[in-house]
Amino acid sequence: MENTLSTKKTKQVDTNKTPFTVKELKRQWILVAIAVVYVVYGIIFYYLPLVGWIMAFQNFVYADGITGSKWVGLYKFQFLFRDPTFLKVIRNTFAMGALNLVFSTVVAIAFAILLNEVKNKWFKKSIQTISYLPHFLSWIIVVAIVHDALTSTGIINELLMKFHIIDMPFPFLGKTEWFWPIVTFSHLWKETGWNAIIYLAAITSIDPSLYESASIDGAGRFQKMRYVTLPGLRPTIMILLLMNMGNVLNAGFELQYLLGNGLVQDVSRTIDIYILDWALDARNLDYSLGTAAGIFKTVVSMTFILVSNYIAKKRGDERLF
Amino acid sequence: MSDLSANRVSRMGDGVSRKKKMATEDLIFTIINTTFLVLFAIVTLYPVLNTLAISFNDGNDAVRGGIHLWPRIWTLRNYDEVIFQRDGIRIGAKITVLRTVIGTITSLAANALLSFILSRKKFLFKSGLSLFWVITMYASGGMIPTLILFRYLHLTSSFWVYVIPGMVSAFNVMVMRTYMAGIPDSLEEAAQLEGAGYMRIFWSIVTPLCKPVYATIALFVAVYHWNSWFDAMLYNRFDPQYTTLQYELRKLLDSVSASTGGQVAGTSLTSSAVNTITPVTVRAAATIATMAPIIALYPFLQRYFVTGLTIGGVKE
Repeated sequence: MENTLSTKKTKQVDTNKTPFTVKELKRQWILVAIAVVYVVYGIIFYYLPLVGWIMAFQNFVYADGITGSKWVGLYKFQFLFRDPTFLKVIRNTFAMGALNLVFSTVVAIAFAILLNEVKNKWFKKSIQTISYLPHFLSWIIVVAIVHDALTSTGIINELLMKFHIIDMPFPFLGKTEWFWPIVTFSHLWKETGWNAIIYLAAITSIDPSLYESASIDGAGRFQKMRYVTLPGLRPTIMILLLMNMGNVLNAGFELQYLLGNGLVQDVSRTIDIYILDWALDARNLDYSLGTAAGIFKTVVSMTFILVSNYIAKKRGDERLF
Repeated sequence: MSDLSANRVSRMGDGVSRKKKMATEDLIFTIINTTFLVLFAIVTLYPVLNTLAISFNDGNDAVRGGIHLWPRIWTLRNYDEVIFQRDGIRIGAKITVLRTVIGTITSLAANALLSFILSRKKFLFKSGLSLFWVITMYASGGMIPTLILFRYLHLTSSFWVYVIPGMVSAFNVMVMRTYMAGIPDSLEEAAQLEGAGYMRIFWSIVTPLCKPVYATIALFVAVYHWNSWFDAMLYNRFDPQYTTLQYELRKLLDSVSASTGGQVAGTSLTSSAVNTITPVTVRAAATIATMAPIIALYPFLQRYFVTGLTIGGVKE
């Protein structure tokens, strides 16, 4: 990625770059031909949907098409930002996205560091193998598991009652104040081991001599974790945070859609679920509103990436482009 | 580092007691760390094992709760119900296997070829094409424009909506391209001197060397196909012949949670001589049956994804 843009920025001719000649074009015609196929494919499946953004400024009716539907200007956006449900949905998406980003990063790093401290190879390998198993399960299965653990006869209620913390089964899934923590925990359960893989790889690439000199300086285990491992992970942490910034708003769909229910919909519904409702609910079908909400989401995501990338650049940290 | 040397100076005096203190600290840390990691493993594994136990248990008995790692009353009826008695699941399984096989092969080929082009140093439109695909990672048209487009293209109500639109993924291409860029140029140059064209180089030189990264990407894509349900719901809702396994599982779980909404207390006490099935045990069996292939292949595949994640390395 960096390559792509930096070659554009530098004005002087890159010596490695092949000069554009008809002869060269002829020589690599097959590459160009294949590239054309990929461009056509990309235009159809990735760029044409962007043209569909036009629908947000219309009162889109499927039968009339984009050319035949009536134009309404910014009316759909005005409606969106006056819709209390949409405002709530924005809050939920941001809140769960942020919780997820913070906790999944912190817990994955902590898990990687702790696992790295294990001396016994067999134990380490077993724990790691177990840890990323849930990543391969679908959200449907994960939600079934979370649901089972939290129902009135589930293991959580059983344990809480056994230790007399509560007398009656507690309806976790029906309580609004519990929904966000449950969502955050479900993400942690599914992805911690997986997210830790990249941090573990980064830890192994830290120069061992740093640990040795830290030991000579009298650093204990915690100090080595704090002053050698963590700083060594910094570039990896920064780059992953940057990448995940753009996904903050994407982290709010399958789980919330599957786990949510009527009792908690005030806190469970996210932007994507809101969009889906306008797309699927036969009685209030409104493609235009859904498109407008989708535009909002994409624009915010892009802004997140650009701003955090800019900040990283200013601070001299790793950046995406 | 400066903190550390300050520490050293201040602690110079009590070297012996410090060593002793560190040894105990070490031991305590190891114990706490091990306990923590074992707990972590239990929290990860327990729910899966619990579902497994329930799936082999008698239906009415399971509703009473209290089943942990071992079934109380054994039965295979839940699996019989899930695997043989439900058309939806049978069709879903067929479609899911088909899309996993076809989708993985086509996607791997499509991603590999694009990565190959992008990793050719002499390719004239390298930076342009690469930017074209990077943009697709961030700018997305969104759910509804995509849905409308697929309807215009007659991809909805069809099997191909699972295969064609997601065939090329910019992220996977970036991973593969990074790997391919690491192959020495001299190999390509030598082959070109011997008269090999680009397609020959792709097939006979690059592909054999890229087996590890191909395996990784194939694994990612296959798992994605096996686990997907949302496209079945969005594009093929009214076409039960194109349903997927996970979507059927979802429907099953949904109908179950609706029917046991208030946890029926009465039914739980009836005991019967014949093994029974209840929604609780059927859904457990369906859950296990759906994850079984992944778990079965897991030990063989796991060496690939670790290498895959790290070679991709996010950035060149």
